[in-house]
Parts: sequence; C-alpha cells; structure tokens
Amino acid sequence: MPAPEPEPSDFSGPDESGHFGPYGGVFVGETLIAAVEELAATYTHLAQEADFWQQFDSELKHYVGRPSPLYYAERLSKHCGGARIYLKREDLNHTGAHKVNNTIGQALLAKHMGKTRIIAETGAGQHGVASATVAARLGLECHVYMGAEDIVRQAPNVYRMKLLGANVIAVHSGSRTLKDAMNEALRDWATNVDNTYYIIGTVAGPHPYPTLVRDFQCVIGREARAQSLDQCGRLPDALVACVGGGSNAIGLFHPFLADSGVAMYGVEAAGKGLETGAHAAPLNAGKPGVLHGNRTYLMTDAAGQIVETHSISAGLDYPGVGPEHAWLKDLDRVKYVSATDHEALQAFHDCTRLEGIIPALESSHAVAYGMELAASLPGEQIVLINLSGRGDKDIETVATLEGLSLESRT
Amino acid sequence: MSRIAATIEQARQSGGKLLIPYLVAGDPDLATSAKLMHELVDCGADILELGIPFSDPSSDGPVIQRGVERALARGTTLRDVLALVQEFRQRDDHTPIVLMGYLNPIEIMGQEAFVAAAVDSGVDGVLIVDMPPAEAGELHRRLQAAQVDTIFLVAPTTTRDRVNDIVQHCSGYLYYVSLKGVTGAVLSDYDSVAENISNLRSLCDLPIVVGFGINDAASAQAMARAADGIVIGSALVGRIGTLDERAEPADLKHCTEVIRAARVAINDIK
Repeated sequence: MPAPEPEPSDFSGPDESGHFGPYGGVFVGETLIAAVEELAATYTHLAQEADFWQQFDSELKHYVGRPSPLYYAERLSKHCGGARIYLKREDLNHTGAHKVNNTIGQALLAKHMGKTRIIAETGAGQHGVASATVAARLGLECHVYMGAEDIVRQAPNVYRMKLLGANVIAVHSGSRTLKDAMNEALRDWATNVDNTYYIIGTVAGPHPYPTLVRDFQCVIGREARAQSLDQCGRLPDALVACVGGGSNAIGLFHPFLADSGVAMYGVEAAGKGLETGAHAAPLNAGKPGVLHGNRTYLMTDAAGQIVETHSISAGLDYPGVGPEHAWLKDLDRVKYVSATDHEALQAFHDCTRLEGIIPALESSHAVAYGMELAASLPGEQIVLINLSGRGDKDIETVATLEGLSLESRT
Repeated sequence: MSRIAATIEQARQSGGKLLIPYLVAGDPDLATSAKLMHELVDCGADILELGIPFSDPSSDGPVIQRGVERALARGTTLRDVLALVQEFRQRDDHTPIVLMGYLNPIEIMGQEAFVAAAVDSGVDGVLIVDMPPAEAGELHRRLQAAQVDTIFLVAPTTTRDRVNDIVQHCSGYLYYVSLKGVTGAVLSDYDSVAENISNLRSLCDLPIVVGFGINDAASAQAMARAADGIVIGSALVGRIGTLDERAEPADLKHCTEVIRAARVAINDIK
C-alpha cells in the first residue's frame, strides 16, 4: 500500500507570538525577554537551514543510535487478548530515554549562538544526564539544578551527571522538587543571561521552547509513522504516550495529528488516584493558569498557589504541562487519561516479565493504559505505545516500594 | 487625581525623590504587615509596594523567597492581601499602594473579580512581574478602565524598540531594574545605571524609579541621584524575617531603620 501523505494540518500552532489557542505565550520577567527573543529569532532562522537539520540527523544517527526500533510486543499483546501492541523503543537511545533528542538539538542551538555555559533543570535526573552528556560531547560548561528532595531520590543519576563533568546544584526552596529547580534555573538565566543557554527539558516554558523541543522530539513520530507503514502496511489505530511536561508524547503525536483515523491518548500520572488529590494530572484535574513562562493547565489551589504533586515516577511529578497539550485537549484531538501508581507498577512488571524490557516508571504509565486499551480492541487493530525510557534507573524505587532491599533479593 | 499622580506631583514640586519600600503581605503575619505599613509611612515612604505571595517567585532572590514562604506558611491569599489594603485605608487614605506579584493568583481569582476587589480596597497600581506588555491584553484594559495604574519593568537587557512599547502600556511610574539578576543581588556599577536611566528619559515622560540591589543609605542616595525614586525590598524583607508575633513597636522601628536612613540620605540630595 502506498504511504498516504498527511493532510495539511489544522493543528499548525503556535501563532507568531507563541500561542496555541489561549495557551503558551511568553510570561517571564523583563530581564529574560531579550534572551527569549534572541532564541526565537535564531531558531526561526536555523530551522530553515538544511545544514542545521543534517547536523542534527547525523548526531541522532551516529551518537544516539537512531532510528529506534518499532517492536511488536507479541506476548504482551497475547496477554491483553486484543489489539496488537507495538512499542516505540526510545529506551534504546543513548542515555536511555527520548530526552537526548532534545538536548542534542538545543546544544547545537547554544553552539550557534556562541553560548559557552549550559544550564538545565531536572527532576528524575534523565534530562540532567542528557544535558550533561551533550555538554561533554560539545565541550560546554554545564550546571544542573535539581530539587534537594530529588537528589536524595535519584542518587545514581546525580553521580552520572558528576561523572560527565556537570555541576549539580541542590535547590532547597519551595517544595524542593522539579518546579523549584526550574525556578532556580530561571533565576540563574536572568543573572548570567549574556553567556548562558538554558536547555529546558520539556515542551513547556516561554515561547519558543514548546515549539523547538517539540520539533526536536518529532523524530519519534516521524520514524514511528514510517515504520508502521513499512512493517504493518498501515498506520496504527491508536497512539499512547505518558505525559508529564509532555515532550515524548508531543514528539510521537505531532507527525500524526492530521491522520484523522489515528486516535491519541496522553496518559497522566494519577498517583494515588485522581480523587485523592495526590497526583500529577493537571489536564485531568487541574485548571488553566500561568507558570514558568506559559499559560497552560496547572495543579493550583483556590488561591492560585501551585500545589505539590505526587507520582511514583519523578519524571511525571510536575504541576504543569506543555501548552500544546492544553490546546489539543480543548480541541479534543487527543484524549488525556491517567494511570495510577499501582497500575503503572503492574505494567512495569508485565512488560518486564513478558517482553524482557524494563520500562521506565514514566513509560509504564503509557504501557498500563495501552494494555487496557488493547484489551478493549479487536485483534486486527494496532496500538502503538511510546516506550520513552528504560527502567534501570527505577529498580531501586520499585524494590523499596515492594518492601525489598536490593542486597537481600538473592 | 489618583493617589500615585498626586504623590508624584508633590515630589516634582518639592524636588524630592520617591522612596518606595517593598514588603511581602502576610510576612510574618497580616497584623504585623499592617503595622509595618503605617510604620513605613512614618519613616518617610511615599508609596508602598505590597508583594502578593506566590509559591513560585522565579524573579526573586532568596531573601524575598523566604519572606514569601513565611507568608504562605500562614496561608496568606490574594484576598487576604486585598483585605490588608482595605484595613490600611481605614487610617491612611493618601499613601499609594502598588500590588506586586505574579500572574497566577490573579488568573485563578479571575481578572474581573480581581480588578473590582482591587478598586474596592483602595489599590492604586499593579505590577505583575511575569506579565510583559504583549501578554497584558485584557487585564491591562480592565485595570486602565478602573483607573488602576499598570506599572511595567525595564531591564538593562531591554531594547530601545521595546522601551517604546512598554512606555505605551505603562502608567504611574516606570520601574527600572538596575541589574541582570534577581531581587536582592549586589549592585556595583552605579555609573552604567545612571547612564541607562538618562537614556530612558529621552524615551518617556514617566517618572523613573530604580530597584534591585539598593540595600543601604549610600546605595539609596547614589541611585536616587540618577532617578526619580528608589525601591528597597530585600534589605527590608531580610529584617522583617527577624520578627515574630511577639514583636514590640521597638522591633518594628528597628527593622524599618533602613528606610528611615534612606529617607535622610535621599533628602540630602537636594
């Protein structure tokens, strides 16, 4: 069957000033406006240069190891007893997750802009590791802000960043987690704006970040689309990806937006259950507000304070979400659903035992919903799940949750 | 004439400089904030900037972050801040009050409700740190219609074209951020601040006040020389951090001493 080309998109956000419908925009202090505008101008220019994308593609091929496979998870599919499940294997990328697609692109931007100093925020440490990795690769100074709580929870990644030559700075303000690390990175950027490039790790922040991070992550969806046509002779019936800030999800979804036959499901972290309030699901249970440079759905209390989130997975433990997801929710193009800690943990084990693939706890949320969806669909349908990262980093968390210590598991 | 316009007119006639202290509403508690506000007026403050506590103050340095955390620990909300202004107005109907903060609490309260409540309680101006003119749209129009001034920031990184745009949106006074950084940073290069302010003067008729990094009588005097007024925030909030609910009037006097000293120093400029 010939590859159908996507229809011209009705989802061609953002507008010139960075808005996806009512969401997105540039909500930062005056000191940072010039830096954000410089970045937008540079990216607009470079995005039209074939050389830039050639360099990006070459890094992805030779350094990251792309394309990542699209893998038919036969036993997992049989276990669910419905549609065929395919996994997009972002876990096989260098550094073990999709995050590196973005940090490579942004580090190239930093080089072009003559910036010598990289800063980044990190929650689970995956984006911090991916930033430290490309900084080492390109010979740039790198400082990573990380909540003091997360530093304790994610010790191996802290050491990884240090091995890569990055300076890891503990953030003790606020809730001492990802959102506070992002506040601190914004403060650093305002102070060192002349020589510093801020690599934001997800499709949030002021314009142009949601756009450029999406564009770098779209390699996931472009590959998956071509692979599905090649391997299955058609497009998948449904796409499933986990959503914290939402970069792996938008990267998968965006190249399929015009394919009206492809359903899309973004899976937020329901934590202990949406009804308990202990979750990280702003699209399911939050409301629109303004944080970290953009208007989007947020976890906020009645007085407008950002509330603490909870998820088993540090990478989904963020009170906001990328503005394009907010827009796609309102347009009803993507369904935003959720999976609890417990469901994600079950999927973590199922995927590990049935396929020999240990998924990250973030990705386990997508696997959990994807399995449920597959079970409800007929056998000829295809459910494509983004396996956004590998779970090696999470085994200690899982062992602790299940009352085991790694030492005594023999 | 609005309270801000009247205050500025009076300073212009007397050749005086505006002294604008910043404090976080509800730090350490609302009752102490109310006492501090009157105390600051006694110290010679012309205008008060009252911070709306927000959980994620990404333009503020550690001193003001801690002030905000103290206020939030007591559950201070935007509605409490507005009630505080209303209470202050019972005894002081002439000192202008500018609310300074971040957009989210206002968005969640609802723009229309916020503007109505701000007018009711006697707020004179609003400065929203993370709302540049391009994003100010509807809220800006509502505030203008209610004759509440909208104050915007200009930074050392602001381009000339942008200044022109900001001036179009700004009323009351223009707030010049003296340095690249966050509140409470150390300001060292007075000469370039003076030069930037002098350049700004050719682009606007608004009074220009300067803030960030002014922490004692000497820096207050140096900066007031170049501008129409100065804002002192972290130096005051740091001292407020030493207060608790048992604070005596003498303790309040002790912590506002920096404002009193700044008043004396900038009065000497004439």
